[in-house]
Amino acid sequence: MSTDSTHAGHDHHVAHHFRNAEHEYLTSKEGIWLFMVTEILMFGGLFVGYSIFHNIYPEMFAEGAKYLDWKMGFINTLVLIFSSLTMALGIYFLQKNQPKKAVVSLAITILCGAIFMVVKYFEYTHKFHLGIFPGRLLDVAKVGAEHANLGMYFGFYYCMTGLHGIHVLLGMSLITWVLFRTIRGDFNSNYYTAVEGVGIFWHIVDLIWIFLFPLLYLVG
Amino acid sequence: MGNNHDENHAHHITPLETYLKVAGALFALTFLTVIAHHFNNQLGVLAAPIAFLIATVKAVLVMLWFMHLKYDSVMNRVIFGAGFFFLALLLFFSGLDIWTRVAEFSTL
Repeated sequence: MSTDSTHAGHDHHVAHHFRNAEHEYLTSKEGIWLFMVTEILMFGGLFVGYSIFHNIYPEMFAEGAKYLDWKMGFINTLVLIFSSLTMALGIYFLQKNQPKKAVVSLAITILCGAIFMVVKYFEYTHKFHLGIFPGRLLDVAKVGAEHANLGMYFGFYYCMTGLHGIHVLLGMSLITWVLFRTIRGDFNSNYYTAVEGVGIFWHIVDLIWIFLFPLLYLVG
Repeated sequence: MGNNHDENHAHHITPLETYLKVAGALFALTFLTVIAHHFNNQLGVLAAPIAFLIATVKAVLVMLWFMHLKYDSVMNRVIFGAGFFFLALLLFFSGLDIWTRVAEFSTL
């Protein structure tokens, strides 16, 4: 594997406990997938809770969904899908040894994450303005809620979208990290493990939003 | 080293065209779910299953092509699948508990 060092930039050295680069790549990826399982189970707990209480209080959940603007969720869905595409393209361009295009793709991905968070910011502040807070903090009189336990719906809403939002911010930070490493010349078609791992994380953020959008905004 | 050949076929590069097609399908399905939302009253009880069916199709597209699971090892697919299996198990037993015990005997 002496040909590995023909690429410009920082060469990646395979850690000594791996047989070769491929062994390292496959091991890292398996670790990422195990991590993804914990993500599915963490969000899954919230989804299960939502389903159960939605079945117990269908009218209250329907009232809660009325306070959400599907257009905001719709725009954010389009933004996240587009960001997933640019993330995938970032890896594609590294596989093709085109780091400049990869940098542009990753930068667009971060920008999309930022747009998503700005839309979320406006959604949250609008709700705070109306007195819509999670659980007991919800101002039933000010909101004019038909159901006294409407705070439960917004408990789910803030926990689920909030945890998702934290993931978007984390993902943006991780993409920024691999963006700088791409500029530094760390990655090429032989070694891009970190970008692949961050990519899988970013796609799971998209994946969770794909279910949150109909659950919160459309069906209610 | 004799392992060079393994690397050549191990990393499948998805063509650019495929990524664009998958993204196009994801956008189209997002529009479809919003169009369906406007007919919620006509759809009645089917509204929620249709919305989640569309979401599931979108999720599968993301998993297979964007997350590269289509070309990943069987082990990684089993690992990720196990996550959904245990999630289904959680939903099943929680539901069973709520509707056979709590709903019957509790004032919750």
